[in-house]
Amino acid sequence: MSEPHQSAPRSTVGALAFIAVVVGGGAAAFAYTAGWFSPARLTPDKLVAALAPPSGPSLGHRRNHAKGICFTGVFESNGAGTALSKANVFVSGQHPALGRFNLGTPDANAVDAKVRVRGIGLQITAPDGQEWRMAMINAPVFPVSTPQAFYDLLLASGSKDPEAMKAFVGKNPEIATFGAWAATGPWTASYAEERYNSLNSFIFTDASGAERAVRWALLPAATPVAVSPEELAKRGPDFLEQDIAERVHGAPQRWSMVVTVANDGDPTADPTKAWPADRRSVEVGTLVVQKIEPEANGPCRDINFDPTVLPAGMRTSDDPFPAARSSAYAKSYDLRTAEAADYPRTATSAKP
Amino acid sequence: MTVRHRFTPLQRLLHWLMAVCILAMLFIGVGMVSTVMPKYLTLVSIHKPLGIAILVLALLRLVVRLRSGAPPLPLDLPVPMKLAAVLSHYALYALMIGIPLIGWAMLSAAAYPVVLFAGVQLPPIVPQNDTLHALLWDAHFYLAFAFFALILLHIAAALFHALVRRDGVFEAMASVQGQEEVAPAE
Repeated sequence: MSEPHQSAPRSTVGALAFIAVVVGGGAAAFAYTAGWFSPARLTPDKLVAALAPPSGPSLGHRRNHAKGICFTGVFESNGAGTALSKANVFVSGQHPALGRFNLGTPDANAVDAKVRVRGIGLQITAPDGQEWRMAMINAPVFPVSTPQAFYDLLLASGSKDPEAMKAFVGKNPEIATFGAWAATGPWTASYAEERYNSLNSFIFTDASGAERAVRWALLPAATPVAVSPEELAKRGPDFLEQDIAERVHGAPQRWSMVVTVANDGDPTADPTKAWPADRRSVEVGTLVVQKIEPEANGPCRDINFDPTVLPAGMRTSDDPFPAARSSAYAKSYDLRTAEAADYPRTATSAKP
Repeated sequence: MTVRHRFTPLQRLLHWLMAVCILAMLFIGVGMVSTVMPKYLTLVSIHKPLGIAILVLALLRLVVRLRSGAPPLPLDLPVPMKLAAVLSHYALYALMIGIPLIGWAMLSAAAYPVVLFAGVQLPPIVPQNDTLHALLWDAHFYLAFAFFALILLHIAAALFHALVRRDGVFEAMASVQGQEEVAPAE
């Protein structure tokens, strides 16, 4: 076997052709897997690019929910959540919390009164170091049922064709529920008065191994006071950030976290469909926001509030959005960390 | 004194096991960053523990290689090919060990919990830092493509030895089974 053979030229040509086919086939399979032959594939790059306004993305910032302010505090677990999930964040006690109040806009310099969707990114760390991250918004439902429809919505709303939105709504009538909230739902003058909803459903596993589909929400302790958008427009461009900083400086702000359990047959895969109001709900604890810091130097700046970062005892459901959000958030994170120079870390220049 | 013509059975086992793992890893990696569908999460959940498995296997393999060595290349192998063989093997070892470490460091720099399985988490190996994350992300991404290209070259060279030169180099690693062949030195 160690004896070299003299090969005939014909078989050498055949052998070289075989090698070329193996190498070429390997490269082609790799390229196919990477999506290079699949222009229709919805990639995180396409989704993130579609979020950018015509003027381009806010470099160094999140590609959506770009304007925000950091907070730290604790999640005071009351222990009731252990009936639903074995996750250690539900063991009673105080667990460190880190988060970010934000606006649903790709513009980091947006005027607060102009943005309909307000959100919260939150990370709770259990005593064993496992993290629960989430990103929730004040809307009661999500606008669309699938990530592809969300991408189509971004394209339609950014389109110059006046018929594009009409055509989109024709194909995705489920957006009407969100549209009704956006048009007629109350506005408040404070992040502290908002209710924030997970919208996506997840699966909780308890200590016995029983699984339940759940959604959750943060309900404000502060009483919401409806203020008209016209009234809000008269305030400064950063009134929400000033308000939350002042409130928290005066006293910690609280939200109670309520987990809602689906009945069999409730729509878990579609965040445009709210579950009936009579579903079992469990108050599992209180989020206490103790300190506000500007984002530029704040602890939330470089945290990706990826909703699929879950402790043991929680997992994603058949809802397709957490996967799409995780993929797109990671892309956004990779882009913005590479653009750190465009978002200087000086607390005084947080608002350029 | 004796000269081994084949790698030891342990080396061959490690080689073929890792060949499967690494090819799967590269396809999973390039596939997962191209989709927002639910399979994204499935692929990521394989990518992380498989990467750590490759790191552990590569370190084990490096130790085995240092202890057991490698069969000599054919004496009549042209110098450029000999050089390419030696350098590409250094590069393969560097990438097998380096890419998983870079991936782990990249997640650490982003302050992601490095979750291998539900409830099983690795500690961070570098501090949180956005610039470092961007650097490591680029390194992880581009080195993976370089790794795949090098693997294609490796396969081409192996087949060239097997089908064109027929010089025993391919057979030195070819099968997992079989006894070690030890022949007297020439």
